[in-house]
Amino acid sequence: MQDSHAAAAHHPAFQHHFETMEQQREASTLGMWLFLITEILFFGGMFTVYLVYRNWYFASFAAGSLTLDLTLGAFNTVVLIGSSLTMALAVHSAETGQRNLLVAFLLLTILLGATFLGVKAVEYSHKFEEHHVPGPSFRFGSEELRHFHEEATALRSTQIHGVELGEVQLFFSLYFAMTGMHALHMVIGIGVLSVLAWKSRRGVYSPEYFAPVEYAGLYWHFVDIVWIFLFPLLYLITRHVGVHP
Amino acid sequence: MSTAVATAPESIHRRRHYLNADYGIRSWLFTTDHKRIALLYLFSITFFFALGGLFAVLIRLELLTPAGDLMTSDTYNKVFTMHGIMMVFFFLIPSVPATLGNFLIPMMIGARDLAFPKLNLASWYLFMAGGVFALYSVVTGGIDTGWTFYTPFSTTYSNTKVIPAALGILIAGFSSIFTGLNFIVTVHRMRAPGLTWFRLPLFVWANYAASLIMVLGTPVLAITIILVFLERAFHIGIFDPRLGGDPILFQHLFWFYSHPAVYIMILPSMGVMSELISAFSRKRVFGYSFVAFSSVAIAVFGFLVWGHHMFVSGQSVYAAMVFSILSYLVAIPSAVKVFNWTATLYKGSVSYQTPMLYAFGFLGLFTIGGLTGLFLAALGVDVHVTDTYFVVAHFHYIMVGGVIMGYLGGLHFWWPKITGRLYPEGWAKLSALVVFLGFNLTFFPQFVLGYLGMPRRYHAYPEEFQVLNVMSSAGASILGVGYLLPLFYLLWSMRYGPEAGPNPFDARGLEWQTASPPPTHNFEQVPIVQEEAYAYHAAQEVPVAG
Amino acid sequence: MSGHVVPLKVYFAIFATLMVLTALTVRVAFINLGPYNAAVALGIATTKAVLVILYFMHLRYSSKLTWIVVLAGFFWLGILLVITMTDYVTRSLPHLPT
Repeated sequence: MQDSHAAAAHHPAFQHHFETMEQQREASTLGMWLFLITEILFFGGMFTVYLVYRNWYFASFAAGSLTLDLTLGAFNTVVLIGSSLTMALAVHSAETGQRNLLVAFLLLTILLGATFLGVKAVEYSHKFEEHHVPGPSFRFGSEELRHFHEEATALRSTQIHGVELGEVQLFFSLYFAMTGMHALHMVIGIGVLSVLAWKSRRGVYSPEYFAPVEYAGLYWHFVDIVWIFLFPLLYLITRHVGVHP
Repeated sequence: MSTAVATAPESIHRRRHYLNADYGIRSWLFTTDHKRIALLYLFSITFFFALGGLFAVLIRLELLTPAGDLMTSDTYNKVFTMHGIMMVFFFLIPSVPATLGNFLIPMMIGARDLAFPKLNLASWYLFMAGGVFALYSVVTGGIDTGWTFYTPFSTTYSNTKVIPAALGILIAGFSSIFTGLNFIVTVHRMRAPGLTWFRLPLFVWANYAASLIMVLGTPVLAITIILVFLERAFHIGIFDPRLGGDPILFQHLFWFYSHPAVYIMILPSMGVMSELISAFSRKRVFGYSFVAFSSVAIAVFGFLVWGHHMFVSGQSVYAAMVFSILSYLVAIPSAVKVFNWTATLYKGSVSYQTPMLYAFGFLGLFTIGGLTGLFLAALGVDVHVTDTYFVVAHFHYIMVGGVIMGYLGGLHFWWPKITGRLYPEGWAKLSALVVFLGFNLTFFPQFVLGYLGMPRRYHAYPEEFQVLNVMSSAGASILGVGYLLPLFYLLWSMRYGPEAGPNPFDARGLEWQTASPPPTHNFEQVPIVQEEAYAYHAAQEVPVAG
Repeated sequence: MSGHVVPLKVYFAIFATLMVLTALTVRVAFINLGPYNAAVALGIATTKAVLVILYFMHLRYSSKLTWIVVLAGFFWLGILLVITMTDYVTRSLPHLPT
């Protein structure tokens, strides 16, 4: 034990309350995964709220969902999954000690993340223009409302109460809460990746020690997974309402 | 048991240990030593406990007379709310884990520190930041929602400082998450060679189980508070019936955390109990693995029963039936623990030192608290006593009679380890007795009051309830004395207490094999464990100091 | 990652699969399957998430403990969702005669 402790001690990243570098890495990996499951339950609270209200207010949620820009949503899905790929490649480059590739892939990931946020900003600004932001100035056009009342009747579902303004607003409240919290996680992720890119450039990481890159990757992929669920739940799940069977 | 055998007694002053390793306020505020952080927590939570106690004093003073004469209804609402918030979020939840757990878990598993020492310090800062927000809410006018923040009152109608208090709890919640995460990783990855899971002290098992709840439950509280915050600030409708929201959904999310949170409080105290009972009966805990698994079972079952807080809320009556049945499940592992502790006493050589007195107190009070919990789990009975003093008495028997008894018992037991000095046994025994008597006088009458129908959260009541309320207030003053005594004599003993030596109670466990106070890295050499926990041998006992 | 370097072609294959599934879920959303639309959409999303966790996050090559942690996370999310819904799906049912 003492020997391995001394042997590991040469690495600058080694923390001396651990016995070995291996133990340190196993501990921090477990810590990172535990952190991610706290994130699952954090977002899980909002998914629960969504589930309850979508079941209650199906028609209103359909009405709200159909106003979202599917093209932008799908584009962002592709961008974000792409950023997960580049992130995975960044970790791979770190594992294989290719410093320049590591920096390049990290920067690419940041770029794709920023693209996602840019598109999100465009979508948000549309929502502001259309007065679809919850609050005193919330509007939902009477033309749209009537349209969805008809659709709701056509579906002949007992679950559908018809479209109510408050309920549509509820959809948008959840839309902003969920995507907003997701965007906040992306902003934090971009911040972390920027630090990593800078450190990678200075050669801090090597095939022996690249744990921070790996953990940032886990975080980034997790944020991607949240979006993988948000996209169908918010943009897709009621698209068929206007389509007759 | 290990290679780290304590050497001949050496004066505390001449030896280097964690307390004199470094001096000055900076050495404390920037420390990453889990033992120093435990002390930071100890002082902080004592402060919040005193504050919560002050509000309790005001409550009991008001309830001395049937008329609402000391304060207005609004003030009373604020007082019991702040009593609840301070006690629950800033004292009970961090009580045992953040102090004793922080101090002892690395030592009990033969590690130099927790897995993430910096995160540990950050947790303390988050806790204090949360405390500052909560205090800000208190000094700028208070908050009157009850500690449960029920919507739509908290989101729409209350005109008090809901947002800073909620923010404080949110931030303190992250402190709790990171503490739990730290413990879980430490227990998995930092155990000394030979220390298998079934050789771990039961205190470690109990804290591990509590940590699971912190990690899995607290995030849901965090997002719920954020939604309340958004609702209150922007009226987005999530819990507002006018816009189609459901206030009861808030209760689901809130109790998903806050029911298991009760087990965050009680499980570590149960861990203390196992240590105390075995050390002062000189026996291995009866049915070790049952006690270990019952901790995990409590943590898991605890997540399935939250709806029993909502029997009269308007949730589905069918869901209420399911929750009622599931609630009985938690009684099983709890009873396993109580029976096994009792069985440990059987044919043990029991000694009645202060920590053991607290342990006996816990045993009795927790049993009463737990059994009245069964009344409340029964759907029909609960409807009768919902929101009465019966409920108040029940959860105080668990949260004060259970948690604080365990906390004080543990604090006394490990005080020689923490400070290197013995507390005055006579005073300590007296205080344990005073706490027990004061506690029962305070809260037993409340069972009767509640059953007779006195509702909680009112500052005026019919005259026929006065006798019992006076008894309760009298008990509270005795209880207050019982809590002040240890504050004084423990502080006194830090300077004037006789030196304790490494193992004054002749207890087993790795923490007793190093010096008191321990050196900064806990052990001179990493211990190698070759025995199971609690290897007490009654036959070869030597007289115990203290 | 446990010292296991995943071949690059695995990453590209997973990415391609994720793209195909994204296109699929958008396409299927416009076919009226009645109550099954939600199930299909969530099924595809879950498949995508599992692929990301297994390969991009290297869970496939990770220790048993990591598996337990991940499964526990989703299991507890399940507790939250399912038990909350027991209230909502039975709330409007008629009460038993008294």
